Parts: sequence; C-alpha cells; structure tokens
Amino acid sequence: MGHHNPDSPTHLKHYFHDVNQQYETSKFAMWAFILTEVLTFAGLFVAYIVYRSWYPDMFVDAHKLLDVNKGLMNTIVLITSSLTMALAIWAIQKNNKKLSVVMLVATFIFALVFLGIKYLEYTHKFEVGQLPGEFYSYMGPDAAHLNNPHIFFSIYFIMTGLHGLHVAIGMGLIAWLIYSTQKGNLTSEYYTPMEMIGIFWHLVDLIWIYLFPLFYLIG
Amino acid sequence: MSENTKQNYLNHPKGIMSWLLTLDHKRIGLMYLFSGILFFFLGGLLALVMRFELAAPGNDIISNEVYNNAYTLHGAIMIFLFIIPAIPGALGNILLPLMVGAKDVAFPRLNLASFYIYSFGALFAMYTIINGGVDTGWTFYTPYSTQSTSNVVPMTLGIFIIGFSSILTGLNFIATVHKMRIPGLTWYKLPLFVWALYGTSLVQITATPVLAITMVLLMLERFLGIGIFDPALGGDPVLYQHFFWFYSHPAVYIMILPAFGIISEIIPVHSRKKIWGYKFIAYSTLSIAFIGFLVWGHHMFTSGQSVFSQIVFSFITYFVGIPTGVKIFSWILTMYKGQVSFTPPMFYALAFLFLFTIGGLTGIFLGAVALDIHLHDTYFVVAHFHYVMQGGTIVAFLGGLHHWWPKSFGVMYNQTIANIAALGVFIGFNGTFFPQFLLGLRGMPRRYATYDEQFVELHSYSTFWSGILGISIFIAVMNLFWSFIKKNKVDPGSNPWGGMTLEWTHTSSPPHPHNFEEEPVLQHGPYDYDQVIVEKTYKK
Repeated sequence: MGHHNPDSPTHLKHYFHDVNQQYETSKFAMWAFILTEVLTFAGLFVAYIVYRSWYPDMFVDAHKLLDVNKGLMNTIVLITSSLTMALAIWAIQKNNKKLSVVMLVATFIFALVFLGIKYLEYTHKFEVGQLPGEFYSYMGPDAAHLNNPHIFFSIYFIMTGLHGLHVAIGMGLIAWLIYSTQKGNLTSEYYTPMEMIGIFWHLVDLIWIYLFPLFYLIG
Repeated sequence: MSENTKQNYLNHPKGIMSWLLTLDHKRIGLMYLFSGILFFFLGGLLALVMRFELAAPGNDIISNEVYNNAYTLHGAIMIFLFIIPAIPGALGNILLPLMVGAKDVAFPRLNLASFYIYSFGALFAMYTIINGGVDTGWTFYTPYSTQSTSNVVPMTLGIFIIGFSSILTGLNFIATVHKMRIPGLTWYKLPLFVWALYGTSLVQITATPVLAITMVLLMLERFLGIGIFDPALGGDPVLYQHFFWFYSHPAVYIMILPAFGIISEIIPVHSRKKIWGYKFIAYSTLSIAFIGFLVWGHHMFTSGQSVFSQIVFSFITYFVGIPTGVKIFSWILTMYKGQVSFTPPMFYALAFLFLFTIGGLTGIFLGAVALDIHLHDTYFVVAHFHYVMQGGTIVAFLGGLHHWWPKSFGVMYNQTIANIAALGVFIGFNGTFFPQFLLGLRGMPRRYATYDEQFVELHSYSTFWSGILGISIFIAVMNLFWSFIKKNKVDPGSNPWGGMTLEWTHTSSPPHPHNFEEEPVLQHGPYDYDQVIVEKTYKK
C-alpha cells in the first residue's frame, strides 16, 4: 500500500492515523454489528411472543417435553466458556501467550460440548417426532391434548438452530484465534481480533441466557 | 487536459485485476454504479413492457401470467438490485471518504466483500428470471408465496444475500462517519449528504436483519412447512406482513434519505448560497430514520388490524410529514435570493422538489385510514410510490450523477442535451404517473394486465408518456457516457460548480488514488458561501 511509515507497526492499515484510531474503529463497528445480531434474533423473539400469547397453555405443556437438565447443563457450559474467553483476553493483555492459548482451547472445547449436548437433544426429538410444522408426529400421552404443539417446536428449532449456527461460527473464529495467537500474531500490543471475537462470543452466550428460560423454564 | 494525464484513481493501477480486487472506495463505487445502471435499465424495460400491455384493454401483448412476472421482477429489481444498493453503494462509496477527508472507508476489504455479496445475490435474481420468473409481487405475501410454483425461493434467497451486503455497507459507513473524519471536521461541519448517508446506514443496519430473518422464515415455510405463517397449521399470515413491513417501511427511507442528501448538496452549490437551516435538515434526517420504524402498520390498514392500531399507525404516519416538510422548506429558502444557475443538476433538483412534494402529500392521503381503505391496492398507491421512488429518488440520483460526474471522471457532458433530457424526464414522468392518481381514484386496481373500457383514455395517456419518459432517461444516461468519447472530452477542472466541500476543494478531478495528495486541512464549513468566495473552474 505504499504509504507506510517505517516506524509504524505492521498491523496498522495505511488509511488510519494511528493504532488507537484503528482500534476504536474496529470496536465501534463490532458493537454496531452486535446491534444487527440482536435485531436478527429480535424478529424471532417477536414470533415467540406472538405465539406464546396465542397459545399460552400449549407453550407451558409443550415445554415439558424439553430436557431441562440438558438445557441447564448447556447454560453452565456456555457461561463458563464466556469466562475462559475473557481470561484468554486478560492473558494476552499480560503477554502470557501460553495461558491465552490454553484458555482459547478451553473455550473451543466448551463450545464443542455445547453443540454435543444440543445434538443429543435434537436426535431425541427427531426420534420421537417432536418436530417443526408438518413434520411433527409425536403422539405421546403427555401431548395428546396440545393445541398446535408443532408451532412451539418450529420456534424452538429455528431459535436454537440459529443460535447453534452462531456457536459453530464462533468455533471457527476461535480456532483461527488459537492459530494466530500460537503463531505470535497477537500480542499485548495488538489483540483487537481477540477482543472483537470475545464480544461476539459473549453475545452468543447472552442470547442463550434468554433462550434457556423462555423455552425450558416456563409455566 | 492536464488533470487527466496525471495519476488518478481511474488510471492507477492498471489492469482488470486491479479493478476486480480493488480496495479503493471510488472504484468499488463505480462498480456499484455500473451494475446499478444495468439493473435500472432491466427494471425499466420490464416497466415499459407492462405499460405497452396496458395501452389498451385485453391481453394484447402478454398473458396474465407473464404480466404477474413482469411487475414482480420490475419491483424486486428496482428496489433490491438498484435503488437500495446503488445510491449508497455508488455515490455513497465514491463520496463519503472524500467528504470526510479520509483516505478510504473504515473497512475497505469489507467494502469489496459487500460488492461481491451484492453481485452473488444478484445472480440468484438473474437465475429467477431465466428460470421462468416469480409471480408473487415484490412483497411475497403469504399464503400465496408459500404455495406459488414460481421461483419464490431463488428470489428471496437473492434478497436475503443482498441484505448482508446492505448491512455491511451500513456498518462500514457508520464507522467511517464516526471515526474517519479529519481533525476539526465536527458533526455540524459535515456535508448534509454525509448526514443523509449516516441516517440511511442506521436504518440499513437496524431494519435489514429483520428482513433477513423474515426471508429465512418464508423459505423454511416452503421447505419444511413450519406453520408460522400458515393458518391451517395454527400460524398467522398477517404476522408475515408485520415482519415484512417492519423492514420494508424503513427501507422506503433507505431509498429516499440519500436522495435528500443529494438535494441538500446540489441546491446550495448551484444557488451559491449557504444552506438554510443546516441543523434542522441534519436532525430531520435522523427523525425520519427514527419515525420510519413506527409506521409500518399503515401498509396493513385492510389486513384486519384493530381500529386502535389503525388510529395509532395513522397518527404516527402524519409525523413523518413534519421533518420532510422542514427539508422541503429549507431547500426552497436556500434558493431564495441565491444566484440560481440552471445547470443540469439544478434542473433535477427542481424537478425533485415538485415531484417529491406531490409524492409526499399523496402519502398523507394514504396515511388517513378512511381514504386508504378506498384507495388501497389501486393505481393511486402505484402513482404515489412512483412519485416518491422515481420522481424523488431516481430524479435525485440522476441529479447527483450530473453533479458529481465531472468529479468522478474528470470530464464534462453536454449540458444542453442534459437539460433537455431532464425536462423530458420531468414531463414524461408527470404524464405517466399523474393519470394514475385519477385511475386509482376511479377504482382501477393495481396488478392487473387488463381493465374495463372506461379506463382506456387515462391508461393510453399514461403509456404514451411512459415512452417519452423512457427515451428521456435513456438520452440522459447516454449523454453522460458520451462525455467519455475522446473528441468530446472537456476538462471541468477540480471544482466546476464552485462547491465548498472537501471533494471539490481539496482534490483533482478525477481524484488521486489515495483521495488527497496530503491530508486536507479544513478552512471553512460546507456551505459558507456568505464568508468565502470559491471560484468555479468550469465556465460554459
């Protein structure tokens, strides 16, 4: 790009004045991006509110078909992963590369555990036919009286599915962070990507903290 | 010609790859511009096909099915492939960093990604056309859109993808406005086009995610029958309308706010007078962006919503008229006692004032519940939104093209032809769409390929003038491209109109690859015609 001042750090893009401006810009844009994420989920939360108000009894009864223990376990797993993510950033600020990588790997593993538990929940629902819309076929005695339970499962699968997709994307980003931190590209001087992905990861955690009570703990 | 022989963003670096992989906001802007113009012509051709079908009652040229495809594709292409991406994508990209004195947008790579995401989404739209079209109307209302055998999924998938491009451009622009301004360029010294892009970007990042999720739900409804919009499965098709308009009404402001910004630049420069009510215009942009989120229900007065909702939505809708009126009056007062020159950009700005005012006022009609129930889904609505979208946005876009063409390319077009074409656009537009108000009042419903004998006169009138409109736009655009031909080249200099914003005062035409030879130092506000004399570098 030409215009590089030989004294300026290599991660500074030529169209910024200084490192601070570059950092502030990234952080600002990341928060704006978080806003778009919140609005994406907001549409689904509205659908949830509408149908829960249409079918309050069905929601209460259908939620009993979910496995609260698995949901609770996932909540603990994800909150812990938020902690390890924050610790990874703290470690890189102290220039402790080794600890940072360990914490990132831990975050990655927690995310994997989360998706594993989710997989077990999903496969069970597929087996018994507690599925969205037209695919719903569950005929158990605890659901016989329910009014349109497939709507509950439509919303459940779309919201947890979209959230799960975010966990998977987060894992990809964290894997890249592990690689770049290990390579030494991120240091206490420059760790913006880790902080940005950290913000994203906390959002993923936060959305689950809303999803868990709204699906598993109603009534 | 001395400017053109120097190094500028058009000639440096060279080679096709240097364009396809460019991170330069100006080049990315041009790529948006040319793809936008391409889709504009495609959408325009579809419009002319419809108008010629409607020249006489009966199915003279095309069948009902083809007609359904034509209006759906016309709407979807014009809105999702041209107006929404092209004005912020083209003029916004070229001008925003120049206007804030930056070397580029905050995230140049993301900017290029936005363009390719847009192109990728456009491919789906093109596939839809080749594969036989889509017949639901651009609104994709359920339950028909979940049952139609036409290409609903490719088209909505295309729109979903283009939505991401819109969000990323919005993020990029907001970050650029907040963080990339040169020292001393405070918020109240920003050109009003920057305020307009800022307001647009805010709506883009907050509304588009809701459209994205709506399109996902619609596709899932078709693939999996999730039942959320299907009454047979306990769902609600009206919920789709709420989701759709929660995005698509604010999207109206994504389409019109950049146009307001263009007009706010053209009028003070070509009147050589300080803009009247700078802060009022700036804040009216933000209030329109905000109020725009609270009025979506006025598209749904006949959907069975409660009378209470109708009254509330109607009431809030009227509020949009206040900031819009503030803008119109400010522009008129800017011209008052100014040195108004009748250049092509100014011609378009004046046309905009007339046409947009008619579009805006008829919007007030439609915001009134009682009247809307009578006029809903008639040609009155068609005329109203064309006065806003074409008479407003596209006329302003043409004005903006003529205003910044010499800056972007370092050449001047033939102004006489440009003025004649602008007049043709103005007359042709009114001739096409004014009769449609009357058609609507007399009960002609929209989206029909044929009609009763009583409407012949007005319809044939509308069709005749639509031909004039089409030809005029074609001449206007060709006249611009004609300026590239070597023997016509006229050097406009760096500041042909005597503008006061940084893109005019601090860089050559066309601009330097890095925008400015050295970082500009702000010497005056964007419209300080009362304090500083800026010479025009081009005299006719």
